[in-house]
Amino acid sequence: MVPERRRPPEASSKSSSSMMSESPRNRKPDLPFTPFDSTNLWCGDRHGRSFLEFSPPLVTQSNGLFGPDRETKSKNQHEPSPVDDPVMDWNPRLMLSNLSFLEQKIHQVQDIVRSIISHEDQFLDQANELAAQQQLVTADLTYIIIQLISTAGTLLPDIKNALLSTNPAVGRPGSNQKQHEILPVEVAKASQYDSLIKDLNSCGGKEDELIKCSNNSGVEASEPIPIEDHDTKDNDDGMDGENLPPGSYEVLQLEEEEILAPHTHFCLICGKGFKRDANLRMHMRGHGDEYKSPAALAKPSKEASIEPQPIRRYSCPFVGCKRNKEHKKFQPLKTILCVKNHYKRSHCDKSYTCSRCRTKKFSIIADLKTHEKHCGRDKWICSCGTTFSRKDKLFGHVALFQGHAPAIPMDDAKVLVTSDKAQVSEASSGMPGNMDYNFSGNTSLDAQSPDLKGVDDGHGCFSPMTLDACNIWGLAEFPHSAYEVSESTFSFLATVPFKGMEKIKFQAAGMMNCSEQHYPVIIYIRSNKGVQVETSIMTDAHARTVSFEVPVYSWHLNPTSAEISICRTQHERGKYYKCRIT
Amino acid sequence: MAKSRDLCRRIDRSDGFATLTLDLFSGSPNPNPCSYSRSAKRVRVSCASPAASAAEENRSNPFDSLSEEILFLILDRLESDPLDKKSFSLVCRSFYAAESRHRRALTPLRSGLLPAALARYPSVSRLDLSLCPSVTDSALASVGGALRSSLRSIDLSRSRGFSYAGIEIVAVNCAALVEINLSNATDLSDAAAAAIGRVRNLEKLWLARCKMVTDMGIGCIAVGCQKLRLLCLKWCLGISDLGVGLVAVKCKQLRSLDLSFVPITEKCLPAVLQLPHLEDLALVGCLSIDDEGLMSVKQESKSLQVLDMSNCQHVNHAGFSSLLSKTPGLHEISLAYYCKVTHSLASSLQKLYNLQSIKLDGCEVTTSGLKTMANSCRSLGELSLSKCSGVTDEGLSFFVTKHKGLVKLDVTCCRNITDLSLASITSSCTSLTNLSMESCILVSREGFRLIGQRCHLLEELDLTDNDLDDAGLRAISGCRNLSVLKIGICLKISDEGLIHVAKGCPNLQELDLYRSVGITDIGVMAIARGCPLLQIINLSYCTEVTDYSLRSLSKCSNLNTLEIRGCQVSSSGLAAVAAGCRKLTKLDIKKCYFVDDAGMLLLARFSQNLRQVELEPSEVWKQQSQEMHV
Repeated sequence: MVPERRRPPEASSKSSSSMMSESPRNRKPDLPFTPFDSTNLWCGDRHGRSFLEFSPPLVTQSNGLFGPDRETKSKNQHEPSPVDDPVMDWNPRLMLSNLSFLEQKIHQVQDIVRSIISHEDQFLDQANELAAQQQLVTADLTYIIIQLISTAGTLLPDIKNALLSTNPAVGRPGSNQKQHEILPVEVAKASQYDSLIKDLNSCGGKEDELIKCSNNSGVEASEPIPIEDHDTKDNDDGMDGENLPPGSYEVLQLEEEEILAPHTHFCLICGKGFKRDANLRMHMRGHGDEYKSPAALAKPSKEASIEPQPIRRYSCPFVGCKRNKEHKKFQPLKTILCVKNHYKRSHCDKSYTCSRCRTKKFSIIADLKTHEKHCGRDKWICSCGTTFSRKDKLFGHVALFQGHAPAIPMDDAKVLVTSDKAQVSEASSGMPGNMDYNFSGNTSLDAQSPDLKGVDDGHGCFSPMTLDACNIWGLAEFPHSAYEVSESTFSFLATVPFKGMEKIKFQAAGMMNCSEQHYPVIIYIRSNKGVQVETSIMTDAHARTVSFEVPVYSWHLNPTSAEISICRTQHERGKYYKCRIT
Repeated sequence: MAKSRDLCRRIDRSDGFATLTLDLFSGSPNPNPCSYSRSAKRVRVSCASPAASAAEENRSNPFDSLSEEILFLILDRLESDPLDKKSFSLVCRSFYAAESRHRRALTPLRSGLLPAALARYPSVSRLDLSLCPSVTDSALASVGGALRSSLRSIDLSRSRGFSYAGIEIVAVNCAALVEINLSNATDLSDAAAAAIGRVRNLEKLWLARCKMVTDMGIGCIAVGCQKLRLLCLKWCLGISDLGVGLVAVKCKQLRSLDLSFVPITEKCLPAVLQLPHLEDLALVGCLSIDDEGLMSVKQESKSLQVLDMSNCQHVNHAGFSSLLSKTPGLHEISLAYYCKVTHSLASSLQKLYNLQSIKLDGCEVTTSGLKTMANSCRSLGELSLSKCSGVTDEGLSFFVTKHKGLVKLDVTCCRNITDLSLASITSSCTSLTNLSMESCILVSREGFRLIGQRCHLLEELDLTDNDLDDAGLRAISGCRNLSVLKIGICLKISDEGLIHVAKGCPNLQELDLYRSVGITDIGVMAIARGCPLLQIINLSYCTEVTDYSLRSLSKCSNLNTLEIRGCQVSSSGLAAVAAGCRKLTKLDIKKCYFVDDAGMLLLARFSQNLRQVELEPSEVWKQQSQEMHV
């Protein structure tokens, strides 16, 4: 189940649906499933297939895209496919069948190509279909190559030996008691496939998914149960570096109900449940004076620890999991909390969806919160449009590809566009009071609602005012597609940056007609001395004003005017609105 | 036609004429229409008589008979003095036009006149705007518009007032651009760097002190300008390992890379050292680089020749030895303000077979270290031990006996050395041309006698703050090739010694007499007479110097820097200098209380090349002459 997290949503839902049919014993049947997106509804018809049938997912995926060929293809799938046992004991017969399968496969591809040739004139007006055909061919070829390599891989002596030594139970599909894990060698091989396929499969589009599916297919097909090596997150669950010899500790296995129970501590009198025993003790005080004594309120474990307790470790109740005590390479979990987190992460549905990217799903709310801290803040952008959350990843990407360059944030880029037309804003450099930046090129990106533009233009916000404060009415534009808040309007009233204060305080007031209650907003302020300040605040849908402060040290040179821009993420930075410092 | 070809050939053959006389109308059978003389540096084009040519009005302008080819050849030989070109262009229209088309380099004094200047000089390839404190975007736009195909180099290192938009216009329009100097543009950000990234053919780029440029900007440059050969990122505090690493990956042609004071660590060094042609690497003041980091670098660089690791305070001999073992081709090492030069460091120089120059300014040097260094290195040409503590007679003598080929030696402030060292220096290093021994107070008359006697090739000698007297100066005047002599704060010298120098060193170009208070007008007059090539003279606080000195100095027509702070000079002396020294660019007349408006007015009138005047009471008052520097 773990690999699900690495896979795109359709892959995960696919395998979970298959899981459902194959091994329901580990799940409550009424557990809610992740709703399918419309894009992967086509997977639905694959219910009830065994895992062995699941082996060539490339083909099935292409089938989904491409109706007419489905009949022939699914025939192939129902054939027993010996291909997918590169992990098994090597025997010549298997190899022979592998090779013959590959031969068959190649013939199929030939057929497809032939049919393309013969229907060439028909395809002229059906470009989509032709593209689909091509994709199909590419996918098939990729699959063939993977199989070829994995078949050859079984011949390598070291792999073979490793396989023999660690997998006595291979070849018995369906046995749930004996599991084996994917060897690291195998994983390494898979990554080699990845790079190989990337080279081969340059047709873009579905590329990544294809590759992932192909890898997963290899993994799942070789195992009777889609259970895999624990991943890094499981390492966090507590057993890092601990090498207790088996038998030196006591293994406890909680039941699934216990793990998923919201409360673990119950009041013996009224039956109320609590998450922590300290809370229970606090609660018990209400039931009488005898519970108020220091002894009753003290932490019970401390008293019990007088006699040396046996080391206690925990096992996951999910059979086949590496954290399960039946597993060949059992790695116990350290604490109950580890058990809970592991079980929820690995064997439960991910019911918490990130409200911003709407793709990332989590089963633990803390994980979601961790993700939300970083979500949407991919501020390192390449000229090809790829975004990165880390600068070194961007530079690695730029170093790798010819012609890709780091992209300078949008507002600067816009001006670069305008300057091509030789619209030079001479006054932009250091002339106080004259702030005529020429941002004529920025309309294409921002869906600006006209009424607010009217406000922007019509309001005398740049007229010299005798008050200490100068109001600006601004509008923060967000790309509508990303958050579906296109009609939400933000009008900000920014007041009063004073000269010479220790901190410059901005106040932004306005209405936020937005469905979400809290979300961080990045505010950019830049002065006419070229200083840019960035600050991030949490907005509140109910509060009408938001105030924030900018320290003066980042605001040197006593600017005479400043501009402010409000947006969600850095690369959304849109228009700057001017405000005057008095 | 034949005549013109003959002229061409003759001009071509003469390398550097002093006077060229083109006699155009002195009769047809003249066998030698083109004559040279070396008496004055002027071009003289003579007509038979102006009246005669005026009379023959039906004939065309006589100068038109000179083809543009000839004029260009003449102009090629006028590069040295800007005033000559100005005179040339004032001869007639065709000369003016030829000069306009011929000019390749332009150094305007103010950017406001840039459009007009560019209209006059359409083929300028080298535009130096370092004298224009303010260059607006519109000025740059006019550059981009006027010099589309010809501009190859632009220098904006001392200008302000432009933004990335201006750079963008120049970058987009001038396709031939190969050199940009944007140093000190502290307010330019990544957008400007992205604009530079559009100059595909860029080969040299200086971005010193562009503190706002970050890795993103330098990344754009690295991707855009893949032909870069020289890149200076000194003081670019926004750049880190990632940016430098990307430069090293993308710009494979890099020859010279200056990463001084950039907050980089050793992580980018493998990529930098992997550059196949890298010759010059400066890592001055990279405080994040330490021993462990350097030892972890495994990359070798065969091509590296010059390495500057001054002020790397966290590097000790272990890291440095490790780096040196990776760079076998080094010619030049600078380790100024390095902690301690000991035996172990010196022995790490052993494998550098090509090493020629070591600079150890401000280091702590031990005698054993100096001896080991003398034994490890093959044959050094240059050694700088300035401000080093611990330099002794023993160590230095041992060193110079091992390295007889030494050409430049700097022992400034090595206060412990005596005549013993000088005896071994002068006897071993006979080819010495530069010797700096400021504040070597233990050296006596005998030492100076040895210098004058043995170092005949000496060109630069710095004896500031030494125990020098007239007899020593007389001995030193035996170095006939001396062009730079610094004898400031030598309180014992007087006119007598200067007269010897004036007689002995006719090639003297720079003379420093700062606070040598024994000097009077007589000595300065002797110098002015004896050293006609004098360009720089410092007479500050020589309180006996008066207007007479200035009048005599006005004969030195090459004089460009005059410092007479605190001298008893008046306006009349200044007027004489202003009239005589037309190349004067720098003048310090602070604390000259007798100079009044009259002197300043004359100065403003005559000294059109003047760029910097230091006046009392204002600190620095820059006076820009009104006209373009033509």
